Amino acid sequence: MRKTKSMSEYFDEMFNGDGSLRGPYEEIGRWFNAEDASRLRAKQREAEEVFRLTGITFNVYGKAEAEERLIPFDIVPRVISAREWQRLERGIEQRVRAINAFLHDIYHRQEIVRAGRVPAEMIAGNEAFLPQMLGVSPPGQVYTHIVGVDLVRTGPDDFFVLEDNARTPSGVSYMLENRETMLKMFPELFSATNVRNVSDYPRNLRRSLAACAPACADGEPTVAVLTPGIYNSAYYEHAFLADQMAVELVEGHDLRVVDGRVCMRTTRGYKPIDVLYRRVDDDFLDPLNFDPDSALGVPGILDVYRAGGITIANAPGTGIADDKAIYSYMPEIVEFYTGEKPLLQNVPTWRCSDPESLSFVLDNLSDLVVKEVHGSGGYGMLIGPTASKKEISAFRAKLKLRPANYIAQPTLSLSTVPIFSRSGLAPRHVDLRPFVLVSSEGINITPGGLTRVALKKGSLVVNSSQGGGTKDTWVLED
Amino acid sequence: MLGKTAGGLFWMSRYLERAENAARLLETGQRMALTRTNNSAEEWGSVLKTAGVLDGYLAKYDEVAKDNAIDWMLRDADNPSSIRSVIKLARDNARLVRTALTHDVWSAVNSTWMQIDEGMKRRVNERDLPGTLELIRQQAALVRGATLGTMLRNDIFDFTRIGTFVERADNTGRILDVKYYVLLPTAFSVGSSLDNIQWESILRSVGAGGGYRMTHGQKTRPSDIAQFLILDQRMPRSLHFCCRKIQENLSYLKKDYGFAGPSCEASNTLFEKYLDLRISDVFEAGLHEYIQDFLTDLGNLSRQIEIDYRFYE
Repeated sequence: MRKTKSMSEYFDEMFNGDGSLRGPYEEIGRWFNAEDASRLRAKQREAEEVFRLTGITFNVYGKAEAEERLIPFDIVPRVISAREWQRLERGIEQRVRAINAFLHDIYHRQEIVRAGRVPAEMIAGNEAFLPQMLGVSPPGQVYTHIVGVDLVRTGPDDFFVLEDNARTPSGVSYMLENRETMLKMFPELFSATNVRNVSDYPRNLRRSLAACAPACADGEPTVAVLTPGIYNSAYYEHAFLADQMAVELVEGHDLRVVDGRVCMRTTRGYKPIDVLYRRVDDDFLDPLNFDPDSALGVPGILDVYRAGGITIANAPGTGIADDKAIYSYMPEIVEFYTGEKPLLQNVPTWRCSDPESLSFVLDNLSDLVVKEVHGSGGYGMLIGPTASKKEISAFRAKLKLRPANYIAQPTLSLSTVPIFSRSGLAPRHVDLRPFVLVSSEGINITPGGLTRVALKKGSLVVNSSQGGGTKDTWVLED
Repeated sequence: MLGKTAGGLFWMSRYLERAENAARLLETGQRMALTRTNNSAEEWGSVLKTAGVLDGYLAKYDEVAKDNAIDWMLRDADNPSSIRSVIKLARDNARLVRTALTHDVWSAVNSTWMQIDEGMKRRVNERDLPGTLELIRQQAALVRGATLGTMLRNDIFDFTRIGTFVERADNTGRILDVKYYVLLPTAFSVGSSLDNIQWESILRSVGAGGGYRMTHGQKTRPSDIAQFLILDQRMPRSLHFCCRKIQENLSYLKKDYGFAGPSCEASNTLFEKYLDLRISDVFEAGLHEYIQDFLTDLGNLSRQIEIDYRFYE
């Protein structure tokens, strides 16, 4: 039950420095102490069997035959107190509001550029900026119907936003399935604690999407989920959400533009879609307007969209708001649109496009985390403290070649939560992705989220593609 | 429902049915080979032909031999109709239509694939063959049970059933196509032990041995067998039964959708042309020609269903 020494310098969310339990974990700690380790191990295996049978897998890219893998699930929940959550909730809501205002502004008058708060070249020269969206006003002025805000913690009161996922954030099915699995395996735990419910998410998602239907929608809006197909890494989630929302799961080849509407091919003919929750990137959305080789999208959908014939969620072009270079401007962005100080802190960020920052970053590579501006999934990044000399010198060369392609951040002392390892409880680094729904009716944040955990001792990389696992995330009632 | 979903349900069921039929054929082939009263290579050749995989087999192997024939039908990745291949296809289709399936049906299909994939990593030796074939049949029964017990009786169910019965009619038809000469009243000396084995193998390959005895007692007559497999209304693998089901399910779709494409009428025509008659009529017209024409018309009906319900673009 003791933390290993090398990890003890980090803030642990379950144990205080003296080995006593922190408040939110009191019930969990009591329960764990009373449990038999072999029974828990059997339960852990049982959970994996359920995941495998249900098909809760992700596909690994870059393999000859698409291999389906489980994301390891750890049975020790991650617990957030009511007070902690209230703070996060307010901060997230403020940030998401600002992101939508920013997107509307960027695709209209660009006041923030005129005011000199964000440089013009950060927008016009950005790959994620879509000129096709200029002057387009989506219903309810909602751009990011679904947002996943990645948070990390370094101390009792220190939360940072690591990343805003404003394009097509994934992982919500794990939030829901992890909870289902825990409910099935350890019902007694839930009767002893007041854990807030997350299972309303699919219903809220559907309502939220329907509320953003275009004016041409007739009666109850027709919603559909657009997936790249069964070989996509997140296919399970796409099918899960469509199933839970009771809407169709469509692929590009199910759709075509008929009489100015995007329609799906049903057994009874073509039927118009009002709101398309797309899990396909901007580039592949419309071969006529973007990548002409894309077979995943719908030719002409962007023209229908611009004419108000369909709502695309999230709107095309939202990538400009979660781009890692724009990220460094988020404190200014929040303040500019809300008139308030940001409630959630940004991680201090050096933009390597700036010569002074670049020379600082080059001098301190072994202490910093350097990320590609457009990278994701933990690929293409350098974690200075754990990188070899050779890796650092290779990265230095890349950085010098295209400095504007990179940002750098200090290595954060990410908090830990114990996992149930072979030798009992062992602290591992975690992050948190709460899921936020935005509609003309307001902002809804599910009390919980996806906790990703780096299963390797000492590792700071929590991405599932890099050997990370997940935990059920509990937000406690007051 | 999406046209693609209808197609996925149709093909998921066809592939599952195909796997089950192939398992039964393998079982029969194995048994025939063990009786040693006839030429084993010839028998395996006929099994491969019935399963429609003989040409592919001969492209890979020079001659028909038991072990290779079993491996080809069971798990060869080069054979798109091997049991392992079709269960993978069934599972891929089930994933494609995941939102149309109940949890029970999906996990039954998924667990079938998981177990077959695991059990067929290496060649299955003769000793383990019966167990493997039994597993396939049990899993097929599990999927069928989950389908009947948990699915709503709506268009999703209709397409699932249509796929099952098109494939099943095709399978029974193929068995008759390959073995028709055994059933001709003129071509052999009635009552020899060889004939008995052949007849039994036909009944076995559609899992109808018990049903036949229940209906006709111990007396095995070729025309009764033909009658049983083609025209019997109660035998769930007869052409009559399968085509009746296809007709019924298409008529439910017609009622449900308020329209019907040419396939609905084609299913009626198919029934009237081939099943609304006596077995003597069949023999008079020529059993072989009858079966070949039937299989052609069945194939056309299947393609028409795909068009009418917009399975593809």
